[in-house]
Amino acid sequence: MVNTGDKPEGFEGEGFFATSLGKVIGLARANSLWPLPFATSCCGIEFMATMASNYDLGRFGSERLSFSPRQADLLMVMGTIAKKMAPVLKQVYDQMAEPKWVLSVGACACSGGIFDSYSVLQGIDKVIPVDVYVPGCPPRPEQIIEGLMKIQEMAKGESLRRRDSDEYKRMLESYHIETS
Amino acid sequence: METQMNNKLLEALQGNFPGKILQAETPYGFLTIEIPPADNVEIVSWLQNHEKWDMNFMTDLCGIHYPENEGKEIGVVYHLHSFKNNLRMRIKAFMPKDKAEIQTMTGLFAAANWMERETYDFYGIQFTGHPDLRRILNVDNMDYFPMLKEYALEDETRTDKTDKFFGR
Ligand code: SF4
Repeated sequence: MVNTGDKPEGFEGEGFFATSLGKVIGLARANSLWPLPFATSCCGIEFMATMASNYDLGRFGSERLSFSPRQADLLMVMGTIAKKMAPVLKQVYDQMAEPKWVLSVGACACSGGIFDSYSVLQGIDKVIPVDVYVPGCPPRPEQIIEGLMKIQEMAKGESLRRRDSDEYKRMLESYHIETS
Repeated sequence: METQMNNKLLEALQGNFPGKILQAETPYGFLTIEIPPADNVEIVSWLQNHEKWDMNFMTDLCGIHYPENEGKEIGVVYHLHSFKNNLRMRIKAFMPKDKAEIQTMTGLFAAANWMERETYDFYGIQFTGHPDLRRILNVDNMDYFPMLKEYALEDETRTDKTDKFFGR
């Protein structure tokens, strides 16, 4: 079965369809997210199931995983992030081109999870901004898919100028991320 | 057989280093001795180079903290293995916490290099003579030694896990 994206709001007539450019771009972005899997532990295993044929993230246009941050739109952080890993994670985020989204999968990535410990980062939002949190230890593939669908909604509805806004820049600066 | 070997090894050690084998036991058939920290290199190198005992492999090197043992809070534990004799042994040396210093084993076993860095990283034990005593597993800018038994169990940087949510 072939899934097609829902048509955005617009005017339709005999042989034409008119809508705003932002909506068309949002539609394209939402249905072709290229995720970068940053899988460090058990939640990463759950992601493998999500990617495989039973759950098949490809149905949402995300079958093309990007192992280069330069070509990725969506950073999926799945697993325990040690404090020593934090600068690496931040660098990966830094290297991604705008527009970019971050999905934090599992209790560890969201809050440190069960590891209230000297070595574990207490949530990746201490170093990078997060768009969607998926709770669970580990979350089931269905939950990861729901998280991805939330990201799709955000991508679809996002104004083209959002990333140029002062508010967005201030947010990045609060994470000490350089803005151009 | 094993017990015989252990006993002979212990006798040999006691004969060669009178008064330096502070304690000896064999839990689970595993000869364990305690030595003064100042003599660690001398005793281990004797074991390593001995024609008969030939302890040619350092399986492990680690630290331990017993806050209640006054004057002997910090320990270093060496595990040695003789392939030739199929014999293992454990050597412990204890130091006071404010002077946790011991000679490095890197001159005898190259494997000691990273294991001593790890032990330093977690317990703050200074291995004098170590070529490159830096942190190895923890973040470089950490300013404490996390395995010492003197910290709260939970990380202080946690913000969202207040006791209110856990009924504590
Ligand atoms: S949230 Fe649970 S399953 Fe996921 S990485 Fe942490 S410990 Fe593993």
